Amino acid sequence: MMYTFGLDTFGDRNSDADGKPLSHAQTIRNVMDEGVFAEQAGVDFFGIGEHHTDYFPMPAGDVVLAAIAARTERIRLGSAVAVLSSDDPVRVFQRYSTLNAISGGRAEVILGRGSSIESFPLFGYDLADYEELFEEKATLFGELLKGGPVTWDGKTRAPLLSQDVVPHTEFGPFPAWIGVGGSPQSVVRAARLGFSLMLAIIGGPPARFAAYSELFQRALEKFSRPPLPVGVHSPGHVAASDEQAKAEFWPRWRDIIALVAPERGFAIPTEESFDWETGPHGALYVGSPETVAQKIATNLRALGATRFDLKYGMPGLTHDQLMTNIQLYGHQVIPRVRELLSQPQGDRRSQLPGS
Amino acid sequence: MEELSRLAVLGAGHAGPVIARLAIRAGYSVAIATSGDPEDIALITELVIPGARPRWAADAVADADIVVLAIPLHRFLDLDPGLLNGKVVVDAMNYWPASEGVLKPFTGGGSSEIVAGRLTGSAVVKALNHIGYHELEDRARPADDPDRRAVGVAGDDPVAVAAIAGLVDRVGYDPVRLEILRAGRVLEPGGPVFGSVLTLPEFERAMREDARSLT
Repeated sequence: MMYTFGLDTFGDRNSDADGKPLSHAQTIRNVMDEGVFAEQAGVDFFGIGEHHTDYFPMPAGDVVLAAIAARTERIRLGSAVAVLSSDDPVRVFQRYSTLNAISGGRAEVILGRGSSIESFPLFGYDLADYEELFEEKATLFGELLKGGPVTWDGKTRAPLLSQDVVPHTEFGPFPAWIGVGGSPQSVVRAARLGFSLMLAIIGGPPARFAAYSELFQRALEKFSRPPLPVGVHSPGHVAASDEQAKAEFWPRWRDIIALVAPERGFAIPTEESFDWETGPHGALYVGSPETVAQKIATNLRALGATRFDLKYGMPGLTHDQLMTNIQLYGHQVIPRVRELLSQPQGDRRSQLPGS
Repeated sequence: MEELSRLAVLGAGHAGPVIARLAIRAGYSVAIATSGDPEDIALITELVIPGARPRWAADAVADADIVVLAIPLHRFLDLDPGLLNGKVVVDAMNYWPASEGVLKPFTGGGSSEIVAGRLTGSAVVKALNHIGYHELEDRARPADDPDRRAVGVAGDDPVAVAAIAGLVDRVGYDPVRLEILRAGRVLEPGGPVFGSVLTLPEFERAMREDARSLT
């Protein structure tokens, strides 16, 4: 089985060692360095999620990815996610096809309808239309990926008639995923349109998504499509010890969830809920390299997934803390997960504490 | 009132499947429907909501005692009110401008009151709206569990409120009865219990503190 391991960022605004927020510009330059360092650490993929806020000042991740592409040779680069609903699919395709050209075929896209919704008012879209916007635009994006002239007609953008959309890709379509939160209908849509499935799991037991993984494969069969990979995107933070990782991450996590809770419907985290989410059954990958590696291996198996993207960072962490996280993830977590996954399942289970 | 044991869940997005699974586990007979062909959700039902029957909305509702509305609120405006005549209707929807944008018809008061104003032939009860769909299933507990949490149940029809309080209890939460629908405003986004998963004493304290802050 081929596994790939990535890192995702939302351009989480860094602080300096005294807790003072760095500028948006410095945070963006730091993300660039983090992407380059991720390749050096042996990470397979680096993704940037589109956001438009003071604490996630990252609306044009493709520009940052292009800068990383110019300084790297192997790492794959992509959106995580691009909010397709409030963008023009032709432009999104053109930007990532350009990134694909710059990077010599290393581009990917993960598309989302936007669980963060600040881009809708910013670009003049009505949130009540999000379902129709995403359905139409994802369909068009699927057509654009095939290459060749596109004919398309819908309600959400101007029609296309045998339109040649450039730049053409050199080696066929680049990998394209749809990011899904908790809706089974979104899982079926990804299969129907022929996208790979990225499960965004940010709370609760990851194992409950196993049914979604099976739903995806069964839906692919139903739509006569070949099997496609399932990936997992989850937040976390790796440090030398469990205690240090939790001490660094907890106040940042609490603050950001408290900030977005009113619009996302999240409960304000308590130390008790944080302990549960960072424990063996929760969705947060916060801890030492061994703790995080065990959890990734267990959940990839449970979900039949072959890709794991750790959403690293949190507004208020320092660039140094993020670089340490990247180093430990690349040098220790990824090799350890590969080792765990290469062992027969029975043997591995017997080594797991508490199982 | 005889026991109401047949449920129709409208909506197969985030919340609908969760509520359907909880109800199936509690022994209810559950049909699930969207605005479209049941064939479109057959696979979802088989794998994600085993035990439920996918049906056309009109058929699911016709055979149901209780109808759960778990669709985006703007889609409710497209629903034919006549379809729900004579039914106990659980409004599990939310008007949540920060998340789903402004909907003009819902800007003037409690969303369930506005839903009830359109469903004049139904007994509307607000419930199962204030705990996130991602937590609703994980936090359900049997009646004697010390970690059991509370769910508010608000409506103007006492018989319907009793029926839904029974549903809430059977699926794993302590029901908190609010005897008028207007009182269900405390369950809405921005209210004192929305988004939190509280025990009965915590729930009651949050409501008391909220009442104080309003005076």
